[in-house]
Amino acid sequence: MSKQQHPRVGKRPDDFEQRREHLKELTDEELQERFWQLTDDIVRPLIEMARSHTSPSIERSVLLRMGFSSVEAKELVERIQDAGLLGKGAGHVLLKVAQANELSVREAGLAMLDGEYTDQLEQLFDDGGGSQ
Amino acid sequence: MKPSPQEKLDLNEILEDLENYRPRRRGWNWRQPAEGDEAQVGGFDFEQISLPLDNSVPLPAAERSFDGIDPQPDCVITTEIASGRFEDDIRRMRMAAWHGADHMMVIRTAGQSHFDGLIEGTPEGVGGIPITRKQIRATRKALDIIEDEVGRPLNFHSYVSGVAGSEIAVLFAEEGMAGAHQDPQYNVLYRNVNMVRSFVDAALAKRIMNWAEMLQIDGAHNANATAREAWKVMPELLVQHAINTRYSELAGMPRERIALSTVPPTAPPAPAMRMDLPYAVAVRELFGECKMRAQMNTRYIESDTREATVTHVLNLVLSRLTSADLQSTITPDEGRNVPWHYMNVAAVDTAKQALLGLDGLQEMVQVKEDGPLYDKKREIIERAVLFLEEIREVGGYFEAVARGYFVDSGYYPERNGDGIARDPQGGVAAGEVMPRDDDYMAPVCEHFGYNNLPAEFDEQPCQMIDGCTLCDPDKIVYIDELDPEDNVDRRMQQKEEMLESGEIKPEVEWYGDGVVTLNMMLPADERTAHYAALEFAERLGLENPEVIHQNVMHPAEATYLEVRGEVPFSVDPDELVIPETEELLPEDDIRADIEEYPMKVVAATVGEDEHSVGMREIIDIKHGGLERYGVECEYLGTSVPVEKVVDAAIEIDAEAILISTIITHADIHRINMQRLDQLCREKGVRGDVILVGGGTQITDELARECGLDAGFGRGTTGHDVASFLVKFRRSNRSEEEE
Repeated sequence: MSKQQHPRVGKRPDDFEQRREHLKELTDEELQERFWQLTDDIVRPLIEMARSHTSPSIERSVLLRMGFSSVEAKELVERIQDAGLLGKGAGHVLLKVAQANELSVREAGLAMLDGEYTDQLEQLFDDGGGSQ
Repeated sequence: MKPSPQEKLDLNEILEDLENYRPRRRGWNWRQPAEGDEAQVGGFDFEQISLPLDNSVPLPAAERSFDGIDPQPDCVITTEIASGRFEDDIRRMRMAAWHGADHMMVIRTAGQSHFDGLIEGTPEGVGGIPITRKQIRATRKALDIIEDEVGRPLNFHSYVSGVAGSEIAVLFAEEGMAGAHQDPQYNVLYRNVNMVRSFVDAALAKRIMNWAEMLQIDGAHNANATAREAWKVMPELLVQHAINTRYSELAGMPRERIALSTVPPTAPPAPAMRMDLPYAVAVRELFGECKMRAQMNTRYIESDTREATVTHVLNLVLSRLTSADLQSTITPDEGRNVPWHYMNVAAVDTAKQALLGLDGLQEMVQVKEDGPLYDKKREIIERAVLFLEEIREVGGYFEAVARGYFVDSGYYPERNGDGIARDPQGGVAAGEVMPRDDDYMAPVCEHFGYNNLPAEFDEQPCQMIDGCTLCDPDKIVYIDELDPEDNVDRRMQQKEEMLESGEIKPEVEWYGDGVVTLNMMLPADERTAHYAALEFAERLGLENPEVIHQNVMHPAEATYLEVRGEVPFSVDPDELVIPETEELLPEDDIRADIEEYPMKVVAATVGEDEHSVGMREIIDIKHGGLERYGVECEYLGTSVPVEKVVDAAIEIDAEAILISTIITHADIHRINMQRLDQLCREKGVRGDVILVGGGTQITDELARECGLDAGFGRGTTGHDVASFLVKFRRSNRSEEEE
């Protein structure tokens, strides 16, 4: 299915002379401007996607910054992902667990690694989470 | 730890207390330009050098002919290190730093890109090293020692890529890494990491790298190394540079910390300079505010280290004709194995040597701004613009990759249908990216993208959790080792016996690996020579011999070969008979002695030899020779018969005869020395005259065997000879007094 969606570019002769007709008359500055305008058009949607999305690696990087080891971060992100709460932010989830149980964030994380509070997770967010 | 040039790095000391080690600083360091008086070194005016080192190894010619000067070029010089063991990497970094490298790029082990998380401890790698917190800390701690020793900041660098890119960026920021490769296109095209994941993770990684003031290097040069005809990817290279540069800027990185990895695309026998120069100019014109990381060509390196070096020198000419902020080096053995220690040093020296040799070139030579250079440059840029137009037209970057537009061997817009195509829904770690909910939150600093923080924490989000590791490094959790078998302690235990015994073995990659190379030319055709070379190596006792390079001299007459093998034994330095180095008399002492007892000597180059350079340096006052100490020298010239030398000595009542014989075949130098001794005996003056032989093939031992009183070889100075003559004369005097 994906192959039909993305037809491969086949063999094509060098038709530079025909293609460049509209570039021929541009000054060097105009050509450069066009180069960067096109780049911008291509890159903007990508960076917008990055702003509005997250990934296990990003969430692990959040937990690292919160003071968890790489081993702890990996395990915690997996658990939060399994609970369908990664879209809330793994750090956010830990913060909520900590606040609900009057713990530090680190204590909350270590307790979760021991299997505690997993039943709480679904009630932590008003919309129930798990929407992903 | 205090650096001491006389001692090896103490690995145990480096590994000690790593859990509490903190890097001295963060961020990248450029070299400090030498200006005014500082730009005058050894009597030369330099235009493009930086401040000198406290300790270094100068180029070979410097020692003898340029008063040992070691000017350092203006740009940072990179060495890429990939021994697979950090404990050997740091030793190599020390060697490279002494030769002039200040950017230590550590290659990652094969497979780390696909490792979903951070690796910890010090496991061994393949073709590189697993980058871990412990490895980074230990290496950075070693680099602190080394930079104190050489007196210049050393930049430590590795890769922020793969499925764990975001976490690696945080790790690097926490541990004070100075630079990193970061380019999501590299993940997509060459590591088949899902493209959505690559780009989403990259934005965060770039934001973190920016906080850490790291220099980013992109990955465009890989297209060059992958494409069948590398020069045809030039339009695409501009496109790749542009995508990563713009993406980085939008993630918050300023252009001065974005370095483009640019490689001269081709190499001889192609007319390389004419093809590479317009491209180099195009890159610098389009990306003027970015930094240029000039890489050397790897695409056309074979097993011949000489050929590689010539290509690399041409690359360096290109750097000087245009510009380079970082000059990267590729080891000349890259075409045949994972780089060896001394090949890193060779590459760094090649860069230093060529950059110094080309110093200030642009003051006299200018790149023409019109004619074929302009036409070619304009064409490459137009082709790149057309490429960008088509990417936009087909629906964007992901769609263009999916259709196989990238790393195609056609010269865009030509397409050969052999590009690398990736499925946006496929690849490693596909389907793991998810939208952030409206109430998504990350209570940490330097987070990229949507973050629904309570307004009062917008300034410093980590106040919500009493600080993050970027603000409070004490929060970093250090893991020592996870694997009880595969770690540095185990490897050191295996080497302990050798380390403690003090015995040594040759090495190219790892401590005591035993590897040596034999160079030989065999009078046989290539295939016969290949097997004969292996037989020679085996009979010489080398284990696992392997031909690593062969070059036909003539299909029937001869083949040149380089064979590697392992030496199965070690040598105990304590059991070696090493001749004592002669303690030289102080210069004033020599002068005083000669003033009191004036000395006359006769000097000549004997036999059929027209060389006079060596002898003149030993006697001439302007070279600091014997005349400088007051010795009266009668120089007879070149090609002087031995008889004539002896007669002249008798005639002027000389105290010593100095003869020089340069490189000869058939032992002529030996015969001349023996003849000198014999003639002096026949004429009854042997007891009255000190006989000294010199020349590039002469050793003290050899001269004495031939009946002379001393011999001096390569690198001898007038001081050495004067000191010897005075000492010898004194011991004769004291014998007489007895």
